[in-house]
Amino acid sequence: MIAEIGRFLIALAFIACLAQTLLAWRGADQGGRSGAARAGAAAAEIAVIAAGLAFLLLIISFLRSDFSIAYVASHSHVDKPLIYKISGAWGGHEGSMLLWCWILALFGLGLARIGPKDLALRSRAVSFQGLLSTLFFAFLAFASNPFERILPAPIQGADLNPILQDPLLAIHPPMLYVGYVGLSAAFAIAAAGLVQRSGGRALASALRPWALGAWASLTAGIALGAWWAYYELGWGGWWFWDPVENASFMPWLLGAALIHSAIATEKRGAFPGWTVFLALIAYILSILGAFLVRSGVITSVHAFALDPERGVWILGMLGVSAVAGFFLFALRAGSLGEGDGFEPTSREAFIGANNLLLAVTAGVVLIGTLYPLFVDIMGWPMISVGPPYFDASATPLLILAAALMPLAPFLPWANGGAKPGLKQMRAALLLLPVAGVVIAFVWFGAPVMAVAAGGVGAWALAGAAMDARIHWQTAKSRTARLALSGRALAHAGVGFIALGGAADASRPADIHRALAPGESMTIAGRTLTLEDVRRADGPNFMADRATIRVDGRSTVRPERRFYPAANQTTREVGLGSDVRGDIYLSIGEARTREDGVMAYEVRAAFHPLVWMLGLGAFLVVTGGGLALCARVTGGVPAKVKVKVKRESAEAPETPAGAGSGQA
Amino acid sequence: MRQARKRLWIIAAGAAVLVAAAALAFTAMRDAMVFFYSPAMVAENPPLPGQRVRVGGLVVTGSVERPSAGGAHFTVTDGRADIRIEFAGSLPDLFREGQGIVAEGAFDEQARFTAQTVLAKHDETYMPPEVARALRESGYWNDGPPSAGQYVGPASGASR
Repeated sequence: MIAEIGRFLIALAFIACLAQTLLAWRGADQGGRSGAARAGAAAAEIAVIAAGLAFLLLIISFLRSDFSIAYVASHSHVDKPLIYKISGAWGGHEGSMLLWCWILALFGLGLARIGPKDLALRSRAVSFQGLLSTLFFAFLAFASNPFERILPAPIQGADLNPILQDPLLAIHPPMLYVGYVGLSAAFAIAAAGLVQRSGGRALASALRPWALGAWASLTAGIALGAWWAYYELGWGGWWFWDPVENASFMPWLLGAALIHSAIATEKRGAFPGWTVFLALIAYILSILGAFLVRSGVITSVHAFALDPERGVWILGMLGVSAVAGFFLFALRAGSLGEGDGFEPTSREAFIGANNLLLAVTAGVVLIGTLYPLFVDIMGWPMISVGPPYFDASATPLLILAAALMPLAPFLPWANGGAKPGLKQMRAALLLLPVAGVVIAFVWFGAPVMAVAAGGVGAWALAGAAMDARIHWQTAKSRTARLALSGRALAHAGVGFIALGGAADASRPADIHRALAPGESMTIAGRTLTLEDVRRADGPNFMADRATIRVDGRSTVRPERRFYPAANQTTREVGLGSDVRGDIYLSIGEARTREDGVMAYEVRAAFHPLVWMLGLGAFLVVTGGGLALCARVTGGVPAKVKVKVKRESAEAPETPAGAGSGQA
Repeated sequence: MRQARKRLWIIAAGAAVLVAAAALAFTAMRDAMVFFYSPAMVAENPPLPGQRVRVGGLVVTGSVERPSAGGAHFTVTDGRADIRIEFAGSLPDLFREGQGIVAEGAFDEQARFTAQTVLAKHDETYMPPEVARALRESGYWNDGPPSAGQYVGPASGASR
């Protein structure tokens, strides 16, 4: 019965989204205040409630272990712990698609309630959001229904893949989807603005908070995923340039570009067309990501199983969204207006440079990710493009972008002039920590790229600290201070990520050794002693747990588990963390060594300063959140008025200008 | 005049970055591209010793040896030819006999393949596309993966 209600609710949500699209469109034609506009908003509400209830019913089916539903049967098991019964609801394709659709609907309702101030624009955006939701709900209802029955119902479920039985499954996908799907709101507002012929500035103001919120969530989702991949053996570490990682990284890069270019458009009217274009393409790349992850066309450790039909559907949705977006853009880009001019050393110019580098990086990543697919379609000899490509192409571009980043907050709008800014930030003084870090990295024999990234990381940190220190005094209002903290924290976060990434790229090689209890090995100057290996069974698995003592003090306990339901072995990494970095240990099966002793295969690695990556990501997300708060509480900042004259040597910086150029 | 000047330097800067990035991407791609060889392709036209390649196929049942020194040796097949793979690391948890895997590494002068990495998916019903294509070309496999047909049809796997 539950399955039938679930199917009905999904169908209802689909129809509600369709109604939302049509009614809100009509409402926008009537100026956004008519009954049709209100009906469109009500339809959005129905879609949210229906999809939310369907999602709840799916979770209930998991809790009841209702194996007559194919999706539950293939992703659950009676013995599975409660948390994985709940999070298992989005542990596979159909369930995660339902989550995706629900979030799409939620953003539709969000737009209807707290969308753009201009009601006609708001209603039009609700309509576009309805269109995007309709596409995905159709996919859900007709090609990925999580409530599909199975006959005969199996007595026992196949269990959720043991590797996915991790607490992070509960929050990583929802966070990531809020990010991916949140970009749809920016798309909807951009498309709506093109239809309404709103000016570039108004449009940038309307879409920026949505882009900011989505981007911060996407950052958090990617960071949680990177953390998970770091401690899950066989997923290649925290960042591996895997196609699925790239699929989330491309919208992230464009989102980062978008939230910066929207500042320039909002404050100075610069790059209006580019800002709108970014808002459109960021979401299109989100759908491309869904295609790469869910169609099985690429080799990835994170991909879903092969299903060509699904791929065709997603390609169709990708096509509709892209054609609609770009067609509108081509037709109406002229209505966005032109910004005032600016000099090469102005803040606009640096935001432009940052955008150029981020977008080009996204392009380079796109080429590396899609080229193997292209080669396969052409029937040429199959190839793969791995980390060496991305390390040599995307990484230098990102290092360059991070090197320019600390300067921008010290540059005046429009007329530019780098000298006063460089003097103010005491650039010469800031080069000292950079030199220190560079020397340290060279001392430890780091690769060239890591030395560069480490130096840039130190430069970004010093620059962010100076930005906060200098501009705190000029930022008088609470809003300006919020915005300044957001910017400084996010930029410091980038610095920490660069430093942590550089340190991790310089780590010593992993060591594999067969150790018998009582024996020791050494990595990075630390002595690891295998004390014992004991049985430590869990609710739905059997496990061997090793106790390994580090330097005779702390202990680390890696495990090797066997999940009978899935007939699968997993290794749980043991981490020993301190301020210098992580000792990373895993234990393999017991085998008889050449000398006849039973020994365990121990794999040891040392990841220096890896906590900086986590701290950096946390700061970026926090910074994004603060910038969003500043925006929500402070309203739309006034246009920065600068008299653009080549004669004026000193640009009159408005009081708000210094502090509210947000993260 | 101002507008024109502004446009000009924006376009110049953009073009310069694009050209540099394209050059970067092109050279990186040339150096980093790794070709896939099925066992049959290796038998016909083996890659140069030391050249970094990917090989893949189904792990032959009973072929996995775990030497006491650590690591593992195993054979993959596409039904027409076999490759013996030596791997010093610890095999991924999802490594199984009969399963499709991809290994990246190089052949030495004696035509032994030493793998640096062995890729197995976090989904046991998933077949690497290269392996699927190689098996289809060798006529070893034309319907779904070996496990298809049981009710675990749709995906198991998450967003990561």
